[in-house]
Amino acid sequence: MGSRVEILNDGGFRSDGRRQYELRDMTIDLSQQGVADGSAIITHGLTQVLVSVFGPREAKMRSQTMHDRANINVEVGVAAFSTGERRKRSRGDKRILEMAATIKSTFEPVVQTSLYPRSQIDIFVQVLQQDGGLLQACINGTTLALANAGIPLLDFVCAVTGGVHSTSPMLDLTLLEENDIPHVTVAVMPKTGKVTLVTMETRLHVERFEEIFRLACEAGKVIHAEIKGAVRERTSRLVGAMGSGPPRTGGGGDDDAMDEY
Amino acid sequence: MISFASFPVQPEPTRHFPDDEDAMDLDDGDFEAGGSKITWPGETITSSQAYMRGHGTYVESEQVIASVAGTVERVNKLVTVRAIRTKYNPEVGDLVVGRITEVQPRRWKVDANSRQDAVLMLSSVNLPGGVQRRKLESDELQMRNFFEEGDLLVAEVQAFFSDGAMSLHTRSLKYGKLRNGQLVTIPPLLVRRLKSHFLTLPCGVDLILGLNGYIWVSKHVKESEQEGEEGFDAEAVYSNRNDFIDDSTRTAISRVANIIRVLASHFVPLTDTLLLEAYEWTVENDTDAKGLLSEDVGDALVATITARV
Repeated sequence: MGSRVEILNDGGFRSDGRRQYELRDMTIDLSQQGVADGSAIITHGLTQVLVSVFGPREAKMRSQTMHDRANINVEVGVAAFSTGERRKRSRGDKRILEMAATIKSTFEPVVQTSLYPRSQIDIFVQVLQQDGGLLQACINGTTLALANAGIPLLDFVCAVTGGVHSTSPMLDLTLLEENDIPHVTVAVMPKTGKVTLVTMETRLHVERFEEIFRLACEAGKVIHAEIKGAVRERTSRLVGAMGSGPPRTGGGGDDDAMDEY
Repeated sequence: MISFASFPVQPEPTRHFPDDEDAMDLDDGDFEAGGSKITWPGETITSSQAYMRGHGTYVESEQVIASVAGTVERVNKLVTVRAIRTKYNPEVGDLVVGRITEVQPRRWKVDANSRQDAVLMLSSVNLPGGVQRRKLESDELQMRNFFEEGDLLVAEVQAFFSDGAMSLHTRSLKYGKLRNGQLVTIPPLLVRRLKSHFLTLPCGVDLILGLNGYIWVSKHVKESEQEGEEGFDAEAVYSNRNDFIDDSTRTAISRVANIIRVLASHFVPLTDTLLLEAYEWTVENDTDAKGLLSEDVGDALVATITARV
C-alpha cells in the first residue's frame, strides 16, 4: 500500500478517525442571509453549502409559468475556492447542471407546489467547501432553507451517502473515500420512510446495495433529528421574539373580531 | 444593501441527538389546552377524524400533519398552522405598498411581496379631471404618465382573481404614488393590523405600514397641503419629483428607517408606540442613523424598548 491511505484500518477506523457507521459533525445556521426569503448554511464535516430560497414569487419567464402549480427553479454555483485545487467551473458545466436537475426532481414531489399556481420558487445553492457528500449537503441544506422560507413541505428530506469498502458498508463519505470506493446517495422522507432519490455515479455490486440502502435510510433518521432540532429552535426563538413585543391586538381571534361589525 | 445576521447560532457545547419522537405527540387533552405549540413540516398534529385541516397542514392516513414550521392554532374543529416566516397572504381591504413591475394593456402589474404580482386596473385609479370621469382611449395610451415601471404606490386590496392574484385600487385620496421618502422591507408577519396604517411621528416623519411588509417612511405632509377632493391635482398626485426636504427631516427619515430595520432583524412586531419609544431612545442616547446599525447599539435598543412596553 505504501503512501496510500487506508480506507478502513484493522481497528475498524476510517482515515478521519470515524467508525464505519459514524456520521460527520453537522452544523446548521438558519439566520437571515441578505434578502432571501429563507436561507440555510449547513456543514457536514468539511463540506459547507449555503442555500437561499426566494419565493414563491411571480414567474419572470412566461414560458415557465404553470397554471396549476409553482415552478421550482434550482441553480447551483460552485465557488472556485471550494476544492483542493483552485478551479473555476462555469455555470453551464454539465455536472453542475445535472446536480441542479437532481435537486429539483428530489424536491418536486415534496413541495406542495399546487398551492401556488403561476408562481416560481427559486433555490440558489452555493457550494462553499467540498469534502465529499456534496449532493447530500445540497439536499439537506435545501430542505432547511425551504422550511425556513415557510414553503409547505410534506416532510423534511434527509439525504446521506453510503459506500462499501470490500464488504464493509460505510456512511457519510469524505472526498478521499468517495474517490476510492463505490457509493450511493439516498434521500428519504423519514415520516413515511419514502425515498425521493437514489443516485449512483459508480458501479456497486448488486448484493451490497440492499445493505447500504437500508443503512442510509436509518442514517436519514439521525439527520432528520438534527434538522428538526434546528428548525424547532429557530421557530421557537422567533415566536419568543414576537411574543416579547406588545400583545397582539388581532391574533388568532381576527375573524371573531370581524364578526362583531 | 445592509443586512443583519439575526440570531447568529451560538456554538453548542454538546452534540446530542434528542430522542423526541413522542415529544409532540399531542394527546387530546393537551391539544385542547391550546397555547402556542410549535410545529414543523411532517409533524403529526392530531387525528383527522376529530379535526378539520386548515392552512399549513395536510391529511395523510387519517392524520393532520403540519407542512410548515410555525405555531398551531385552532378554531373549534379547524386546525391551522401559522407559518413563522412566509410571503404576504392578502385579504380584501388590506393596505399594501407596492412597486410597479410592468405596464400592460389597461392594467399595471405591481410587486406587493406576495406569491404573484398584484394587478392594478386602469379603472381602479383616480384620473386627472374629476373622480367620476369615464376612462378614455387616450388614458390607455398615456398610462406611463400615471405610473411607470419602478414607481412606488400605496393601495388597497380590492378583490381576488380566480387564480388567487390580488386586484388593487387607489380610488381614495389617501392612496396613490409615493415620493419624498424611502422604502423599508420587513417580514409581513411583523406588521400587525392597526386602526390606521398611516402614522405620523412627532419628528416630522410620515409612515405607511403596508400589511405586505413594505413600509414607506417619508417627509410629513400637512393635512391642509394634501390635495382635497375638489382640487384633485394630477400634477401633484402623479408627480415624480420630490419636494424640498431639509437636512433634519432627512436625518429623521433615515433614523426611523434604521429603527425599523433593527426591530425587524430582532423579529419584534411593529407598533406606533414601539416606534416612538425607539425614536426617543435614539435621541436620548444621541445615536445617529448609522450608529443604529451596529450590533451592540441595536441589541441595546431592542432590549430597552421591549422591556419598557
